[in-house]
Amino acid sequence: MGSIIINDKNSKRVATRVAYGNALADLGGKYNFFVMDADLSGSTQTAIFGKKYPERFVNCGIAEGNMMSVAAGIAASGVPVFASSFAMFACGRAFEQIRNSIAYPGLNVKICATHAGVTVGEDGATHQFCEDIALMRAVPNMTVINPADATEAALAVEAILQHYGPVYMRLGRFAVPVVFDKDNYKFEVGKGVVLADGGDVAIFASGIMNAAALEARETLAAEGIDAAVINIHTIKPIDKEIIIKYAEKTKRIVTAEEHTVIGGLGSAVADVTSEHCPTRMARVGVEDEFGLSGKAAELLDYFCLNAAGIVAKVKSLM
Amino acid sequence: MEREKLLCLDEAAAKIRCLSLEAVFNAESGHPGGSLSIAEIIAYLYFERMNVDPSNPEMPDRDRFVLSKGHTCPALYAALAMRGFFPEEEIKTVRRLGSRLQGHPDMHKVPGVDMSTGSLGHGISAACGMAVKAKRSCDRYKVFAIIGDGETQEGQVWEAAMFAAHYKLNNLITFLDFNHLQIDGDVREVMNPTPLDEKFAAFGWYVQNIDGHSIEEIDSAVKNADKSDKPSVIICTTVKGKGVSYMENNADWHGKAPNKDDHEVAFLELKAAHERAREACKNG
Repeated sequence: MGSIIINDKNSKRVATRVAYGNALADLGGKYNFFVMDADLSGSTQTAIFGKKYPERFVNCGIAEGNMMSVAAGIAASGVPVFASSFAMFACGRAFEQIRNSIAYPGLNVKICATHAGVTVGEDGATHQFCEDIALMRAVPNMTVINPADATEAALAVEAILQHYGPVYMRLGRFAVPVVFDKDNYKFEVGKGVVLADGGDVAIFASGIMNAAALEARETLAAEGIDAAVINIHTIKPIDKEIIIKYAEKTKRIVTAEEHTVIGGLGSAVADVTSEHCPTRMARVGVEDEFGLSGKAAELLDYFCLNAAGIVAKVKSLM
Repeated sequence: MEREKLLCLDEAAAKIRCLSLEAVFNAESGHPGGSLSIAEIIAYLYFERMNVDPSNPEMPDRDRFVLSKGHTCPALYAALAMRGFFPEEEIKTVRRLGSRLQGHPDMHKVPGVDMSTGSLGHGISAACGMAVKAKRSCDRYKVFAIIGDGETQEGQVWEAAMFAAHYKLNNLITFLDFNHLQIDGDVREVMNPTPLDEKFAAFGWYVQNIDGHSIEEIDSAVKNADKSDKPSVIICTTVKGKGVSYMENNADWHGKAPNKDDHEVAFLELKAAHERAREACKNG
């Protein structure tokens, strides 16, 4: 079997939302499910499914709260539903509908929220939601998935369809490097993936920060620091085993996420280590502040959500 | 509808009131006012109209019911118990730790409950989801829902209203329990939602105004709704706390349980009404 990682600096860039939209359309013939949107089907890419399977596509208009409860009603009638909007409105505005209509009854609704994080770009703070994982992680019955790239997003769509119950999946607007080779990569809900082994520090990355973590690993290696990189695509239920294993092995942890440092991956990892194996750690993420307008790539640098940001945090622990 | 049937549905409604009171009294909390106001609607649905099977509560082609005003579940629990979905004795456990009869209905705990509700505005949307699924899948079941008048202050109700009309959900029949009161007082003083009929009509619904305590009017309104090509709302003028003299039209009884002395009065009034209804049903 070949490497799971595409070692090509010039590998193509694809937004995870695009992989999501294509996967829905591809899977529509194999499985029976509904897809819903709230007037953003072009942006969330659910329109591809909508054109192919109009009888199973329901546009709710700009009414996210209603969409989530309608999705619950469809799911309660026996058919899984993918419900999409921007993260800010899907799980920000409609939090209470998700909590009470979907999660409490444990209904089979997959909330696939695009345009998460600061890489929304020019739209600015009102649309850059960096608190979604914190919110969704706190809700009982909810599974939370944050794919790293197009390969993982596509595989995750089918995996969550086969996983009964409420799921929140976080997707991005920005075209990001395709990190994983679709012919070799395996995706399993709840299982962390070791992308590179190492003994000095463990970098737990989620979502698009995986590419930055791999880049940081190379920089660190050149300076004699041997970093492991572990992809935590499922924030809940989190893979405790892999976290404990690498915490005990490396004694130092850095987490990296395009999300507030409050309540996201960093907090989830600290939840595990503080109870099982207290470990020194540093977190890369958005530091309790709102986003702002700019180009996505500029914003990642502005918030130090990049390889240099990870390298700096690793060095702070050495 | 034949007179005998009407009278026996009145009896079912009277018994729903008795059991609702028992639920709230034993729980020492809950919502008696709005449970008592929907007794006829619930009786009509569960004893006349809906295709449901207590021995097969998950029957795929069953009619669906969503109590969007989930806090008035004592009336729903009463009907489900009377239909045999679970033992009537269990009504005394409502809201108790360990009981499956939660303070707001839980679709996984209680056989016969089609949707977990409790947060106002959600249920009507969920009912739309069931209806749109049926339309798209050519399922024949109908979806019934009850919303409150105060509940229409939630914006989500109007999002759902727009949705139902847009997708021509004429398989959705919604009862609006217009009992005129919410926790803080008269709905028109707290936040006036009227004219409700004109609003629903403007949203594209088929609207009927009826006396919500008249089985005969409920029956003919539902039969009219069956013929509509639009989603239906049946605005039911009702009396909050109906059947208990001191609770009637009194917002104080929206969400509190009677004490022992108050309960005795209510119990005797509802029991007497039930006995009269039983006699009438028996004698045709």
